[in-house]
Amino acid sequence: MPPTNRPKYLNLTQIRLPVPALVSILHRISGFGMFTFAWAMLWLLQLTLQSPEGYTQAAGFAQSWVGKLFLTGIGWAFMHHFFAGLRFLLLDAHIGTELQSARRSSWVVLALGIAGTLVLGVSLW
Amino acid sequence: MVTRVVTGAHYGLKDWLIQRVSAVVMATYVVLFVAAMLVCTPANYEEWRDVFAPQWMRLATLLFFLSLFWHAWIGMRDILMDYVSSTAARLGLQVVVVLLLVAYAAWAVQILWSI
Repeated sequence: MPPTNRPKYLNLTQIRLPVPALVSILHRISGFGMFTFAWAMLWLLQLTLQSPEGYTQAAGFAQSWVGKLFLTGIGWAFMHHFFAGLRFLLLDAHIGTELQSARRSSWVVLALGIAGTLVLGVSLW
Repeated sequence: MVTRVVTGAHYGLKDWLIQRVSAVVMATYVVLFVAAMLVCTPANYEEWRDVFAPQWMRLATLLFFLSLFWHAWIGMRDILMDYVSSTAARLGLQVVVVLLLVAYAAWAVQILWSI
């Protein structure tokens, strides 16, 4: 029989996440976010491709407040998911699995996602 | 009498592998696509439409989308397995995810081939 009185500590406001754990949960959150808004991205792609009017309409959306916020958010989700995913592929290949290098690469992934979002944000806003 | 070892049947290995293969397909497409767009940025509707005009580009983009939707299925399935403990609710949500992704795949085909 498995023990039933194992200690649990699930106070989300007090758990201190190590950086690799933060990168991991953000990878999940960003993936979920992109799934949730996949319909909007397909709709935007269709709009840009179906007619010159749709293209203009989509460009207008990209210049609106909501559109800029949406694209910046999706942009961060994509870039974080992309860089964190590359890091996971390297870990799968047993590259960078030591504690120090795993922490360092986590910081790099976080920084690349934020830096990429800043570049995108500046060009959008 | 066959004794089944819980960890020995490689349940999930195929999904684990597909998630990684699809990730590599998508990453390759995205890196090449973004590089091409930076080198030769479409300035208007006609130039943007022409990017997707060649048949090989439509097929490459479709492969990207199919990788994306399969990848998304595995990710969403993992999330639902982790957080939704009621079997009925989890099954229901998984069905919704699959139906959505199949519909998205059909939508992607329609977008690419009606240009």
